[in-house]
This record gives sequence, structure tokens and C-alpha cells, in this order.
Amino acid sequence: MSVGWKRRRRAALMAALACVAPAACNRENRNMNAPVPETAPKGVQVSDLHPGPSAAWPSDPRGREYEGNATHIANGQRYYKWFNCSGCHFNGGGGIGPALMDDKWRYGGRIEQIYATIAQGRPNGMPSFADKIPEQQIWEIAAYVRSLSGNADKLAAPSRADEMSSIPPISNIDKAPPKGDPDVSKAGGG
Amino acid sequence: MTRLPARLALAAAPGLVLCSCRGVQTMLDPAGDQARDIDVVWRAMLIVCGGMYLLVLGFLAWALWRARRPAPVGAPAIGHTPAERTLERSLSAWVALIVAGLVTLVTISFLVDRSLAEVGPQPLRVKVTAHQWWWQVDYDGSPQSQIVSTANELHLPLNRPAVVELQAHDVIHSFWAPNLAGKVDLIPGRTNYVAITPRRLGGFRGQCAEFCGLEHAKMAFDVTVESPEAFEAWRRSQLAEAQVPTNAQQVHGQQLFQTKACVMCHRIQGAEAGGSTGPDLTHLMSRRHIAAGALRNSRGDLAAWIADPQGVKPGTTMPRVPLTSDELNDVVAYLEMLK
Amino acid sequence: MTGVAEARALTALDVDGEQALARTWATPRGLWGFLTTVDAKEIGKRYVVTGLAFLALGGVLALVMRTQLARPESGLISPDRYNQIFSMHGTTMMFLFAVPIMEAMGLYLTPLMVGSRTMAFPRLNAFSYWIYLAGGVMLYVAYLLNIAPEAGWTAYVPLSGPEYSAGKRTDIWAQMVTFTEVAGLAAAVSMATTILKMRAPGMSLARLPLFMWSMLTTSFMVMLAMPAVMLATSFLISDRLIGTHFYNEAEGGSNLLYQHLFWFFGHPEVYIIFLPGLGMVSEITATFCRRSVFGYPVMVLSLLSTGFLAFGLWVHHMFATGLPHLGDSFYTAASMTIALPAGVQIFCWIATLWDGKPRFATPLLFVVGFVITFVAGGLSGVMLASVPLDLQVHDTYFVVAHFHYVLIGGAVFPLLGGIYYWFPKVTGRMPDEVAGKWSFWLIFLGFHLTFFPMHILGLRGMPRRVYTYGADMGWADLNLLSTLGAYLLASGLLVYLLNLVVAARRGWPAGPNPWNAGGLEWATSSPPPPHNFGATPVVEGREPLWLPGEFPVMHGLDVEHREVLLTTIADGKPDIREGSPGPSIWPLLSALAVSLLFIGSIFDEWFLVWAAIPVMLCLIGWFWPKSSHSKLVKAPDDKIPGALA
Repeated sequence: MSVGWKRRRRAALMAALACVAPAACNRENRNMNAPVPETAPKGVQVSDLHPGPSAAWPSDPRGREYEGNATHIANGQRYYKWFNCSGCHFNGGGGIGPALMDDKWRYGGRIEQIYATIAQGRPNGMPSFADKIPEQQIWEIAAYVRSLSGNADKLAAPSRADEMSSIPPISNIDKAPPKGDPDVSKAGGG
Repeated sequence: MTRLPARLALAAAPGLVLCSCRGVQTMLDPAGDQARDIDVVWRAMLIVCGGMYLLVLGFLAWALWRARRPAPVGAPAIGHTPAERTLERSLSAWVALIVAGLVTLVTISFLVDRSLAEVGPQPLRVKVTAHQWWWQVDYDGSPQSQIVSTANELHLPLNRPAVVELQAHDVIHSFWAPNLAGKVDLIPGRTNYVAITPRRLGGFRGQCAEFCGLEHAKMAFDVTVESPEAFEAWRRSQLAEAQVPTNAQQVHGQQLFQTKACVMCHRIQGAEAGGSTGPDLTHLMSRRHIAAGALRNSRGDLAAWIADPQGVKPGTTMPRVPLTSDELNDVVAYLEMLK
Repeated sequence: MTGVAEARALTALDVDGEQALARTWATPRGLWGFLTTVDAKEIGKRYVVTGLAFLALGGVLALVMRTQLARPESGLISPDRYNQIFSMHGTTMMFLFAVPIMEAMGLYLTPLMVGSRTMAFPRLNAFSYWIYLAGGVMLYVAYLLNIAPEAGWTAYVPLSGPEYSAGKRTDIWAQMVTFTEVAGLAAAVSMATTILKMRAPGMSLARLPLFMWSMLTTSFMVMLAMPAVMLATSFLISDRLIGTHFYNEAEGGSNLLYQHLFWFFGHPEVYIIFLPGLGMVSEITATFCRRSVFGYPVMVLSLLSTGFLAFGLWVHHMFATGLPHLGDSFYTAASMTIALPAGVQIFCWIATLWDGKPRFATPLLFVVGFVITFVAGGLSGVMLASVPLDLQVHDTYFVVAHFHYVLIGGAVFPLLGGIYYWFPKVTGRMPDEVAGKWSFWLIFLGFHLTFFPMHILGLRGMPRRVYTYGADMGWADLNLLSTLGAYLLASGLLVYLLNLVVAARRGWPAGPNPWNAGGLEWATSSPPPPHNFGATPVVEGREPLWLPGEFPVMHGLDVEHREVLLTTIADGKPDIREGSPGPSIWPLLSALAVSLLFIGSIFDEWFLVWAAIPVMLCLIGWFWPKSSHSKLVKAPDDKIPGALA
């Protein structure tokens, strides 16, 4: 009798946790050898100005996947260091380049737009990394950058790196959803 | 520590169970001073511990043999049996024996430990920095233009003491070439040292010996012990800049290397490639293995590695760079001339 | 058994008294009784069964690893999965099987062996089980959800730190450690108190059974060692969750701090696992050799000194980290010194075998297997204690061989012998001796076939925690041999478990003392009644059931209320009559509240604040004052026949 009861209780626990499972699955996924190489997001718009209705363009589902996956964000953190993003953006607070931790994004703060910025480069100093960093790694860097403004899954982002601490723990950063750059949007009408 | 008499005395130690003692990654085939000193401890241990084990087994066997005698009737005994005094005296003798054995072993161990810390005069200085999952090897030189940078491979001159400075870039690793010396951990934020004095020519293998993540199993390095002249020749060739491509395919390969992702991580001195997060490839073809011992350094293996690093070492930090097969051929043709 | 003097038996109370006592101490029926019982025997049994279930799970993980390693570049399991598997195997075996099952044996046997009606803190024991179960279930659910730990059971930083171990895997591991520590501490506190204060009248410390001495030492070790790992893992969770810098070298923290804290616990941990096994060996040897263990005072001193010395060895796990060599040498000497008490104990057991009249039933076979195996493991430990030699074999399969020899040989063999030995007492039925002997030989041979080749593999350069190896390394043959041995070992364990499962239903009925043993636990029926002993036995010497004459008893404890007798620590003179709590739901509710706090704080630090409120409420419910029955024993009551020796 006691054995059967234990089994029933375990099954109930499984069922309850099955609801949590999909979220956990994505965060903890470590898919190292994808059969097909990753590609860039399509149809990214870097400005809020566009003709027609003002509905936002559809987001790429891979964006949520990358922002919610712990390994991708951790890799992004590593590449941020390796590829010298911190040379201009410092640890997220900006310096030579603009800050990445705030809500001001000249060319858009959604992950696809950040991807486009990294890949294409931008006027006034942002290099183009299109052929230099493989697509999946650009996604990962973009996911990390999103986590710097609190826009990635807090549970997936690493709290800190093993180095001198210059930003608050990423898990404590308040979410700053991207707004357009006020200077740009004021100039040239709208 | 007087090595010669001790070694003679222990030369008769039983290596019986340990058949096929030869190997390129084994402590049973010492090829350096440090490994030989440790071998002395090993043989002493075999003798003392093996002897004690046989004594215990013998006593046990005697007790089990005695159990066959017919059991006299009577209540179970609570101490105070006729043999109690004999057993007490034997226990004292046993304690004395254990103490003697342990004191011997501690003394030998202590003396060998001190000899491991000794470094010979004018040692060769090498710095090894461990990354996930490869070894960065830099030979000291002054001025700075004399520093030799390579990866996953050490060359050591015969009979010359060397000191390897050990640092880690990310997590804790462990530098272990069992034929030459014991292992020492590479801990981020700290610098450790290991002394190696190789006494035999040949090629040996070492492997990371502290769990460091996904590809800990495939983080090996080669050690080549060669004559001082051969070592100098090697060092000079490593200091040279990379060969210049001669035919069109190699030129195209170099262009691809410099314009695609390769240059973000790898360095080739003399070409426009200055990445520092991955291994230095200036003299790639002079190495015996690639991918930290995971593959031999042959054309096919090299092409396989570049085409799909995740297939060879899932989780490795080298990404799959999309290349057409023609581009892959050209890049491999270029890399193959980096001798 | 003819011609051999029978051990004496305890006279029971009159029938009405027995029935009243049984009613007073009974666990309520049904689900409510299951959830609220505080009977140490019930809790001990479920603890053992759960521990054996984790042994099976950990064993399956081991078989998967061995299958992967049987061939070079086998490709059966990905490196990520392999890393999770070996981490789960180590974590399961060390935290969810070895320590809990030893404590469980102690929980069941301590009241019986010291002659008491129950343990000192019955509700705390129940709480201990529920917390342990919660931690184990959390870990395996995490495994199913791909959040299993991946950095080994030791989880060194920085590999397990926030930068290199993405996601919640290491947090799950660290918090599971917290669960099992709390469970271990709870059981240890209860056990130590019981052994010191609740012994039968006349049982002075000099008459305490050796298994009780080992559990007492173990309990104190648990109390001193567990806080260190709690600190280590709490710092780790804090670093990972809220970005503290305990282990961040760049900000003034230290990677080695983790290793020191972990191994300050980790080394005593293995002795915590090992000492109860030694106690079981003593009990089995005495019974089956029909003489008390030779050298009782020396045995006790060995247990105590092992427990003490175990705290001075931990740096031998860190010889390769580059600490100052002079300090390392101290730990070499200390690590070798601990071989001395172990060697003395081995002598005493073999002397008992030599001098006694051995009967080779299955438990004694396990003892012989223990001697052969553990001594080999201990000697390879002496080898590892030497710094230079350790620098070669550290983190290789030589170490894997060593610790399996000492843990399986030194703890699991005695445990298997002990479970077999006490099985008739717990279930009232005899296990099948033929199956028992078969299981012993399969396990013994399988074990050596699996782990002996690993010594050689280590010497020949195979590091540990590798998911594969090259075909040209020359390690394939020995690995294959080891895998075959693993399957043999698994089959032996299967036979052993099946033997017990079948015997529990259909074994021959066992009387109170089927082995003709001398300890107090054999004085009561098999299985024991809920109140353990009808009349309180009075102890006149070691091995009380082997003493001649009538068995003296003491009457007077209340039969209508739960009451236990507290005695003085050194001499066992009756001291206080104290009430004992009855079945209660509060341990389960508190365990649920604490589980919520622990599991929630993996994901959000605010759980530490808000989830403390339900914990507080449960503890208030638990400790709500009730009328108690404590009374000092009156002066005339403390004259006991035949006191002191």
C-alpha cells in the first residue's frame, strides 16, 4: 500500500512539473551541433519610420529562443569580451560607443535589430561583423546585449562574469524595454 | 636525495602486475628526473603496502583455516579467552609494524617532495596558459620579438631543466605529462610552476587532468624531447614569420582566412591575422596533432576540423564557419603551407 | 545449533501491559499514519528503502557510463549528457545513498541497541526523512528536465560558477546538497542525544555496543562537517544568483576557498560513510564468531581517533593546486596516520575470527569481503597520501579505483552484510541463505573485476571524468574488462535485492534471536513491537544476551502515555522520565515549507524572505507547548542489580 502511494505521489509531481518543463527545456538546452547552420533574421527594420499602418513587424521566434537560453547568453557574454565589444561599449555602460544597458536604441533595441547592427555595422564607428562572426554567434552576442538591459530571461542570464565587477549583477538589472533614440526621432519629423 | 642507491635498492621491486609499462602517457615509464623520483616513491609504496596487504591476507587466511577446527560447545565468549594475552602482544607488534611502515613512507615521500621542488640552474622558461579546451604555449624570450608562441605542443631540450609557468584563462585545468613529471593545476588568478628535466629523447603525451567542462576528454598536448641543437633549430623556425603563399589557390585561401571569421580568433604572424583568443597558427604544420590532440595533423583531418569542429569536439569554442567546398579546399591549401 | 548455549531472552510484561503499551506507541493506520508517524522504526525502514532506490538509480547511471567507456570513441552518449551522468552518479551515491542509508540503519537500530523505546527527537527524525526525500526527488526531476548538475559531485569553481556553468543546473545541485545536509544534521543530532542520554539502565559507556560507538562518532562528525559544505554551496548559490564575489578572484574572492570549504566537509564525509560500516562489521563479526570483538577499548579508541583525525586531512584533495609544499607534507603525514586506527581495527576483527568459532553465513562472508577489499583500498589511500605520488595519480582512474575500494569495500559490503543480518529483526523473516551466498560471490567478483583494472588504467595515464578516449591510447582492453565486471556486480546486487524482497513475503519466520547474537536488539520480538521493549532491560555487561542467569528488567515506565527513560551519560544510571511526542503532521508540513523555501530560492532570492513565513508558522505549530510528563526518577529507583563493570 505504501509503495503504491509513493508511486502515485511521484506521478502527480511529474505531472505538475510537466507544466514547467517547456520553459526549463529552452533555458537549459545545449544544442551544440545543429544540423543546419544558423541564418540571419530576415526583414529587419532599423527605423520606426515606415509607410503604412504602424503595427510592429513580426519578430523572429528564434529571438525568444536565444534570449531565453542560458548557454547562448553565456556564450554571448564570452564573445562580448573576445571580440572586443567592450573596447567601445565598455561593460555595457558605453564610452566611445553608446550605452547598451539603457533603453535608448538609435537603430532599434529588439534582438533582430541588434543582430542587424552587429552584422551590418553603423555610421560613426560600429564595424560590420557580417562575415567575421558566424550567424549563431551574432545571435548569441545580441542575446547577451539584450540581457544587459534586462530584456532577456533573468533566470537564463549569468549573474556576473569572473572578472572585475563593473555592472550590477545581470539578474538584478531592471528591465528597460527599448525606446527609440529621442534625438533622432525629434529631428526629421516623427 | 641520493637517487642512485635508492634506485638500485628498489630496482627489484615487483613491476609484475603492470605489464606493458612502456607508453607515451604513463607514469610507469619515467623519462625525466621528476617522474623518476616519483617512481622511487611508487616502488617503495608497492613494497611496503604490498607487504602489509600480504600480511593481512595471510592472517585472514590463517583465521579462516582455523575455522575448520571442530567448534567446542559452550556459551559465546565475552573477552577473556585463553588466547587473549597472545593477541594483545601481537596487536602491539602490529601497531609497531604499521608505525614503522608509515614512518618509512612519510620520510621517502617528504624527501622526494623536496627534490621535486628543486630546479636546476639556468632553466628554460615556458609559459603554458590553459583555455577551454586547448593549451597556449609561450616560450620566454627577450626582447619580446624572441617569444615563441605555439599551441598544444611543447618542445624541450634533453637534459636541460625547464620550468613551466602555469596559468589558466578560464576554469581550473591540470597540466600533466606523466612520463616527465607530476601534475600541477592551472588555476585562474594564480600562477603555479612545474619543473621538468627530461632525460630521454622522444615524443610524449600529456592530458588535462582536472575536469574543465565539455571537452575535458579531448584536451591533450604533445611533448617532444630533442637534442639541444634540434631544439634551437625548432625555436628559430618558430620565430620566423609565416610562409608567403605561392600559388593562386593558396593566395585565395589566405584571402578567405583574412576576410572570414578565422582572423577574429587566430593569429598568423606575417599575415593580416592577429586574433588572440584561439591558437596561433603561424607554424600549424609543424605540429603533430591539431584540436588539442583530438585529430592528427593531416590534410583530411584538418579539413574535417574546419568543416565541422562541433562534430569532432561537440561544445568546442571554434564555431562552424560556413564555407563552400571550394573555399574549404583553398583555406586548407593555405594552412598546409604554414610549416 | 545443537549443543550450543542459547542466548537468554527478555521476560515480557504481562499481557495487559503489553497491549496497553502497544496501543500507546502505535502509529495510526492508513495514509494519515503514514504521513504523521514518528516511530523510528517506520522512519528507518522507509529511509533504507529510499536509500536503496537511490543506490539502484546511481548504479544504473554507472552502468551507462561503463557502457560508454567500454569502447574507445564509442559515441553512445554526448559529452554533455555524460558530464551530467557522472555528476548525478557521484551526487546520488554520496549524498542520497551513502550517508542517508547509514543514518537510516542507525535510526532503526539505535533505540533497539541501547534499550530505549524510541529516539530522542522523534519528530525531527520524521522531518529528516521528508527533507531528504524532497531533495532527492528534486534532483531527479531536474535530471528529467535537463537541469541535472554537470560539474561533477564536487562542482569546483570557476567551472560551476556563474560564467562557466550556464543555467540552473549547478544551483539545483547546490540546493540539493543543502537539503541532504539538513536531513543529515537532524538525524545526527537525534542519534547523538539518544546514544548519550537514553540508554538502558546499567549500560555505561564501557558497555556500549561498537555499532553505537560508531554512530555516535559519526553523528558528531556530521555536526561538525556539514556546516562547511552548507557554507560552500551557499556561497556558490549566492555568487550565481545575486552576483556576489566569494569565488571571484578578480574581486578579491578565491577559487581555492571553495575547495577548502568543500573538502573540509568532503573528507570527513567519507569517514561519515565509512564509520557506521565499521560498527556493523563489529556486530556481525561478534555474532558469527561467537565471541565479542577482541580489544574493545582499542576498537573504541580507533573509532574516536578516526573521527577526530578525519578533520585534519582535507588538503590531500588539493595537493596539485600549488599550495606551499611544507603544508602539504603535514597533510601527507596526517593522511598516513589515519591508517593506524584502521589497521588496528582490522587486526582486532581478524583476531576475533581467529579466536572465535566462525560460522560462515552470508553476513560473515561480507565481512571477509570487506577485509580483503577495504584493506586494499586503504593501502592505495596510503599511496595517495604521498604528495609526489599523488601528483601523478590524482584525477586519474587510480583514484576512482581507490575510492570505490574503500567506499564499496569499506561501507557497502558491511552495509549489505548488516542489512542481511538485521533483516530477520526488521521483517521477522529469514532471507534465503543460498541466494545470499550467490549474491555475495557475484558482488565480490564483479566488484574486483570492475575496479581492479582501474588502478592500472590510472597508472597508464587515463584521467578521470572523460567521456571517451582515443583508440591508440591502449586503454580499451581494461575498460572493456571493467565494463563486464560492472554488469556482473549489478547482477549480484540484483540477486541480493530480490532475495530480500522475496524473503520479506515468503521467508522462513524468524524468532527474536535467529543468529544467537548478544546485543539488546535481539531481546525483543521480530519484528519489534512499536514500543520496542515491554520491560526496560537492565544491562550488566557487554553482549547482555550472552550473560548467564535471569535477565534483569526494570518496571515503572508509564504504559498509558508515551514515556522514555533518560539515563546519565557516563554510567547509565536512571535519571529522568520524559514524555515522548506522538504522531504529528508538523514534520511533514515543515518539510514542505522548507522545501518551498529552498527550491524557490534557486530561482529568486526573495523566497528566502517570503517563504520563511510558512516555515515560521510550521515551526510554531510544531513547538506549541503541550503538557509534559518529565519527572525525575526518585532515589530508591536508581538501585540497579549488578551495576557497573
